[in-house]
Amino acid sequence: MSRATVPVTLEVNGETWDLEVEPRWSLAEVVRSRCGLTGTHLGCEQGICGSCTVLVDGDPVRSCLIYAVQCRDSRITTIEGLAAGGDIADLMEAFSIHHGLQCGFCTPGFLVLASAVLERDPSISDGDLEEALSSNLCRCTGYYSIIKAVRSVRDQTSAC
Amino acid sequence: MRILAENADRAKILAGGQSLVPMQNLRLARPEMLVDINGIDSASFVMVDSDVLRIGALARHIQVEEARVPGPLGGLLEEVGRQVGHLPIRLRGTFCGSLAHADPAAEWCALLATAKGNVVARGLGGDRVIAADDFFDTAFTTSLALGEMVVEARLPVLSEDWRFGTAFLSRRAGDFAVVLVIALIRVVEEKVAEARIGLGGVSDRPVRARSAEAMLVGERLNRELLEHAGRAAADGVEPLGDLHGTAEFRRHLVKVLVPRALSNAWGLG
Ligand SMILES: Cc1cc2nc3c(=O)[nH]c(=O)nc-3n(C[C@H](O)[C@H](O)[C@H](O)COP(=O)(O)OP(=O)(O)OC[C@H]3O[C@@H](n4cnc5c(N)ncnc54)[C@H](O)[C@@H]3O)c2cc1C
Ligand code: FES
Ligand code: FES
Repeated sequence: MSRATVPVTLEVNGETWDLEVEPRWSLAEVVRSRCGLTGTHLGCEQGICGSCTVLVDGDPVRSCLIYAVQCRDSRITTIEGLAAGGDIADLMEAFSIHHGLQCGFCTPGFLVLASAVLERDPSISDGDLEEALSSNLCRCTGYYSIIKAVRSVRDQTSAC
Repeated sequence: MRILAENADRAKILAGGQSLVPMQNLRLARPEMLVDINGIDSASFVMVDSDVLRIGALARHIQVEEARVPGPLGGLLEEVGRQVGHLPIRLRGTFCGSLAHADPAAEWCALLATAKGNVVARGLGGDRVIAADDFFDTAFTTSLALGEMVVEARLPVLSEDWRFGTAFLSRRAGDFAVVLVIALIRVVEEKVAEARIGLGGVSDRPVRARSAEAMLVGERLNRELLEHAGRAAADGVEPLGDLHGTAEFRRHLVKVLVPRALSNAWGLG
C-alpha cells in the first residue's frame, strides 16, 4: 500500500487549507487531525452512527465515508463553522432546554443533521422529522428529548 | 474505463462509497486502487426516454426517489426509495452502486427484479445489456465481468393500469429490511391481468414468488386469495437465517407481508 501523500486544497468553514494528505484518509480524519476541528466525532467509522456528520456543499454526509481527496472542489462546513456563524444558536439552546444531550458525544452530529434537515424543509412533519433524525445514534438521551428540541426550533421558525 | 480495465484484478469503482468505504474501514474489502467516478457529471442523469426510465451510474438514491416519473413507476420509486437507509446515505449512495453491490436485502435490487429492469454494462469491448434475472448471481456477486462497469440501469415505465404495493419489516427505521416485498399487478376490467411479486432478504439474491403470482392472474383479489398467495410464496422460499432473523421468522414474514403488499396494491385497505 502506498503511503505517499498528495496535495489537496480544502475549503473548510470558509477557510482555505493547503494540505498534504494520504488518499486513504477520510474527511473526518483530516478535519480532526489536520485542521484541528475536533467537534466532528468518530464513533463507528462504518456509516452507522452519524456522529461524524458534516455538510458538503450543504448536504449532510458521513465524513467517515468520504475521502478528503474527494472534497477538493467542495464547500465543507463542520459544527464549528455552524456554531461560529450563529446559524445553529436556536438549536443549541433548544438542545440545552429540552435535555437533548447528556454525554454530548453524538451532539455535534445531531446538530449538523438537524440544521440541514430544517434547511431542506422548514415545516417538516413530525413523522418525517423523526425519520430523518433516526439517521443518527445517541446512547444516552433516548431520542425523545432530541426530537422535542428540534421540533421546538421548527415550530419557532415556521411560525414566523 | 481504461484504468479500470488495465487494473481489473486490483481496482474497484468508488461511487457513493456508502457500502464500499464501510467495508474498507472494517478491512472486509482491501482494494489496492479505487477509481472514483464522482467527477463524471454526465453520469448523474435520471430521465425518461420513450418508455424507459434511464438511471445513470452516478444518480444518487434521492434523485431516483424524487424523480417524479410519470405513471405508477414514479410513486413506486418514491415509496421504495424512502426505505433505503437515511437521508445522508440517500444523498451520497447511488442506485447503480446498490445494484453492483448486490445485497440480497437491498430495495433497489428487488425493484429491478420485480419491474423487469436491466443493466447496461460497459467494458473495453463495448456495452452489453443484462436483464435483472441474469445480473444477480448470488449474495454480493453479479455477472459483471472484471473491469466492467454499470453505466446505467433501465426500468420500463409502467402504464396506468399497473398498481403497486410494498411491505417491509426492518428492525429500526433506515436499516436494511429483514424481508421486503414489492408487488406489481396490472388490473384490466377489475381483474388481475399480470402479477409480479418481488422478495428481498429471503435468498442469496432478489427473487420472484412465481407460484403466488400465477394464482392471482384472472382473479379479483380478496382476503382469502391473498392468504393463499402468502402461503404459496412462503412455501416457495428457502431463506437463510442470520442474526437479523431466523429462517423460520423470514418465512413467516413472507407469509404476512405478501398479502399486505398485494392488498396495498389492490386497495383492500
Ligand atoms: C447506515 C447505512 C444504512 C444503509 N441502509 C441501506 C438500506 O436500508 N438499503 C439499501 O439498499 N442500502 C443501504 N445502505 C447501502 C447504500 O444504499 C449504498 O449506497 C449502496 O449499497 C451502494 O451504493 P454506493 O453508490 O454507495 O456504492 P459504493 O459503496 O461506492 O460501491 C459499492 C460496490 O459497488 C461497486 N460499484 C459501485 N458503482 C458501480 C458501477 N457503476 N459499476 C460497477 N460497480 C460499481 C463498487 O466497486 C463496490 O464494490 C446503507 C448504508 C449505510 C452506510
Ligand atoms: S463515525 Fe461516521 S457514521 Fe459513525
Ligand atoms: S448524549 Fe451521549 S451519545 Fe448522545
